Amino acid sequence: MKLKDWIAPFYVWKRAFEKPFTVPKPLKERPGSPRYRGFHQNDLDTCIGCGTCSSICQNHAIDMVPVDGIETHKGDSGLRPRIDYGRCCWCALCVDICPTTSLSMSNEYVWIDTDADVFRFIPGSEKKPWDSFKKGYKREEEYQLVDPRRIEMEMLPPEERVKSFLEMVKGYSREQAQKEADRCIQCGICTATCPAHMDIPGYIKAVRENKIEDGLKLMYETNPMPAMCGRVCTHQCEEDCALAHTGDAISIRWLKRYLADQVELDDYSKAMPVDILSNGKQIAIIGAGPGGLSAAYYLRLLGYEITIYEANDKGGGMTRYGIPEYRLPYDQLDKDIEYILSLGVEIKYNTRVGKDISFQEIHKESDAVLISIGLMLPYKMEIPGEDLPGNISGLEVLDKITRGEKVHFEEKVAVIGGGNVAMDSARTARTFGADVTVLYRRRIEDMPADEEEIIDAQQEKVTFITQAIPLRIEQAEDKRLSFIYGLAEMVDQGEGKRPKPVLIEGKEFSIVVDMVISAIGQGADFSFLPMEYEKLFSRKNQLKIDEFFRTRDSKIFASGDIANQTKDAISAIADGHRAARSIDHFLKNL
Amino acid sequence: MKNRDREKFPNVLNGIPVIDLESQKFLKVWQGPQHPGVTGNISLEVTLSGDEVVDLKTHVGYLHRGFEKLMERRKYLQCFTIVCRICVPEPDTNEYVFAAATEELAGITIPEKAKWLRTLVLEMARLASFLMWIGGQAGALGMGTIAQWTVAQRDYILDLFEELTGARVYHMYMVPGGVRGDIPDGFIEHVEKVMKGVEKVLYDVEIALLNNAIFKMRAKGLGYISKAMVDEYGIVGPNARAAGLARDIRKDSPYLIYDQLDFNVITGTHSDALERTFVRFREMLQCVSLIRQVINKMPRNGAYYTHIPNPLHWKIPAGETYVRAEASRGEYGYYMVSDGTEYPRRVQVRGPSYTHAIAVLEKLAIGTNLADLAGLMVSLHTCPPEIER
Ligand SMILES: Cc1cc2nc3c(=O)[nH]c(=O)nc-3n(C[C@H](O)[C@H](O)[C@H](O)COP(=O)(O)OP(=O)(O)OC[C@H]3O[C@@H](n4cnc5c(N)ncnc54)[C@H](O)[C@@H]3O)c2cc1C
Ligand code: SF4
Ligand code: SF4
Repeated sequence: MKLKDWIAPFYVWKRAFEKPFTVPKPLKERPGSPRYRGFHQNDLDTCIGCGTCSSICQNHAIDMVPVDGIETHKGDSGLRPRIDYGRCCWCALCVDICPTTSLSMSNEYVWIDTDADVFRFIPGSEKKPWDSFKKGYKREEEYQLVDPRRIEMEMLPPEERVKSFLEMVKGYSREQAQKEADRCIQCGICTATCPAHMDIPGYIKAVRENKIEDGLKLMYETNPMPAMCGRVCTHQCEEDCALAHTGDAISIRWLKRYLADQVELDDYSKAMPVDILSNGKQIAIIGAGPGGLSAAYYLRLLGYEITIYEANDKGGGMTRYGIPEYRLPYDQLDKDIEYILSLGVEIKYNTRVGKDISFQEIHKESDAVLISIGLMLPYKMEIPGEDLPGNISGLEVLDKITRGEKVHFEEKVAVIGGGNVAMDSARTARTFGADVTVLYRRRIEDMPADEEEIIDAQQEKVTFITQAIPLRIEQAEDKRLSFIYGLAEMVDQGEGKRPKPVLIEGKEFSIVVDMVISAIGQGADFSFLPMEYEKLFSRKNQLKIDEFFRTRDSKIFASGDIANQTKDAISAIADGHRAARSIDHFLKNL
Repeated sequence: MKNRDREKFPNVLNGIPVIDLESQKFLKVWQGPQHPGVTGNISLEVTLSGDEVVDLKTHVGYLHRGFEKLMERRKYLQCFTIVCRICVPEPDTNEYVFAAATEELAGITIPEKAKWLRTLVLEMARLASFLMWIGGQAGALGMGTIAQWTVAQRDYILDLFEELTGARVYHMYMVPGGVRGDIPDGFIEHVEKVMKGVEKVLYDVEIALLNNAIFKMRAKGLGYISKAMVDEYGIVGPNARAAGLARDIRKDSPYLIYDQLDFNVITGTHSDALERTFVRFREMLQCVSLIRQVINKMPRNGAYYTHIPNPLHWKIPAGETYVRAEASRGEYGYYMVSDGTEYPRRVQVRGPSYTHAIAVLEKLAIGTNLADLAGLMVSLHTCPPEIER
């Protein structure tokens, strides 16, 4: 031991004169660091109640509860997270995974109360001093637990697309599909939005786990036409996908297509073994569109004997005679239909009710009748010159092409309308080399057509003239037509309503074309119903149906485009399913 | 042990000492489970003859939280939030080995910058842990003041953690795939300021403790670990290095960016409590140097996180691995088995305290004075939470 060892320690007596480390009373609160994981904040207007925060919390600290003033609506479960601070460990995984970024943390960390129950609270709903704190843990932009970008779908390039009717969407490979399916957070917001309430998280899980047959079976529980819907569904589900709030929605439609594409038709019966016990009851369905086919499928599974009367020589309705082949190849539609037929559903083709067979006869012979005749009559523009040669409706164009009939698209074509029929007609005309201009009354953003359709049309060099109101059509030189239109001004109609196009008087423009295709909407053709059924209508061409899809005649039901507002394939399928359940219910309880 | 002393010891029958308390030769004393110098709880059942320890049994079980089992029912990312709790004074080693094992089994490579940030955090954690320990070491041998200084410095490091990770104690920063955030503005300056403060206090500690006759006299010869014991008992870290063995995972199988840092393995020769104090003291200075190296050399740009598959249903292919790192107490490792599901099949935590605080302590305690027992236990840097996972 050295002398130093005895003396040196006294050196640190100098510390007696230094500032102490301890904080003197009264205790002053130091704010948490800017990244501090303190008490939760939730922006209730941004939150959609998806519950993903609750799924990831390993402490089960979050449950989803209803909150005063927040209603369940499309894209929002109406629930909000309630956090139990007796369980929370402030890991912030809930913040990290929140797809809307509504959930975050403040840098506040002192909360004192004598009532233990208050520490289970609904951030954002119960007002707290830290609600407005800017500092605290927020998920960094770069750090995202779920990939915000979708796997891009490979498509034929626009130059190739306009050359043929080859299917333009190529479909996912297994690897791509599984990667895309991996992004799903399984919140189920989409299921609520889907008109058919398909178990979307369920079948996406099947893709992820490569349980293809399970996925197929699951899809058929709510949708017996997945090969068709997997290609052309209006995919409202994707609009409400939780991930779409800060990134790309899951490609739900393409994943559905992927599942359907993986199983050959011959293997369907293996994947979905059915044992149908006939109950001997007869159901007549008018129209083999998605609505009729869907009802037929579910009724058949319940044991009913089904006869579908179809005016055309093939099934599918508008999905065949309307939607062009580059979007929906006919063999895919055939696959869906053939499977339904394989269960013992009978279709009488080329049988127009009202012409080839009377409605009364069908009504008499069946226990119930389902009308699903779709909208086959194109609306007229109601302007002068509409009957001049060179005028044709979009539905007629598409119908002729499907039937393999010749349509002479001359050099320049005008398409009137902004819906899917207009886009399909315009793009079809492009495929035949025409120079196509679409004229629409409102703005691009008001078009009812799918956004993708509009973009695809633009890529294929279709010209758009918007806010154009048709005035008249005049004969021009060389058998051409002069399409005269006025300009519209968009007049606001109040919140939640589409602005209305109002003609600006005095200004006229014209475009000289070889062909005018009108596609401004279509209506149903009820001429097959004899006069005695007048009572079924609430107003002109509008059947009165109740919540069970039943008309004023207790034996007659309706589904599809004539029975819903959305007028797309999946809504028709959903109606078909519901109508089938109602028919079953009513027949069982007779 | 001199032969004449043997008479104080209990007779041994079939390898088990027979302690006849009735004989009034022995006294049983329970120490703990709370110990001022040790984080967590552990109980010592001491048998004394006079004031000399003749037998020691360690009792654990006060801290069992069942983490290993919990993890078998948690998804991988959910496990990330609980592993830090296994060791309070140095949670980050747990975070690192868990993330690294997960990444290895899942075949994920993390970005360069994440490696630097992880190294920074690990060294800060080692330093914080040592600062806490030296307070305990000094306190156990009669110098409570040292703890006042060093624990205050640890608090400043916790401030740094709070700034970088968002929490003071359970940082939850090294998420599988990288880290959760970049360095905040002004952080580097704050690190430098804290390091200066730590150095200043360490200078004082050196004078007051390492040059302190009383401390030296009490620590010298206390808890001697022979070289042979090191392998026999699985002794690691400063406890092994003080015995002259240059073993350090950071050098022996470098992980993260340790191979790009300039440092030597610190060893000693005398292998007693005093030597271990010297070794750990020099390792603290080494931490300061490494922290400075990291913040100076660290890439300023680039990603700090790479996408892992969606954590809600992340399945990791079947496999097993053992990933280890050098904690302040020595080799710390996770043996992890995945079975292809969303949950780890088994996570086995190997903390150095298991041997140090049980087998080694039970052996070294024999023959020591009761008053030195606490000093001996702290000199092995025991951390009960990592014994009971
Ligand atoms: C051009 C075009 C593009 C479209 N694109 C899409 C799209 O991309 N996505 C989407 O979801 N929806 C799209 N739709 C809408 C979709 O096709 C319809 O919503 C859906 O087909 C409606 O199904 P449904 O069963 O009500 O009737 P329809 O599909 O219209 O079927 C009705 C069937 O009834 C038959 N029928 C009618 N009257 C009689 C009678 N008296 N006797 C016997 N049979 C009769 C018809 O021949 C027809 O087969 C599009 C429609 C058109 C026209
Ligand atoms: S994850 Fe976000 S959006 Fe979803 S319920 Fe929780 S807080 Fe709301
Ligand atoms: S911070 Fe962690 S423990 Fe707390 S509610 Fe969120 S996920 Fe659950």
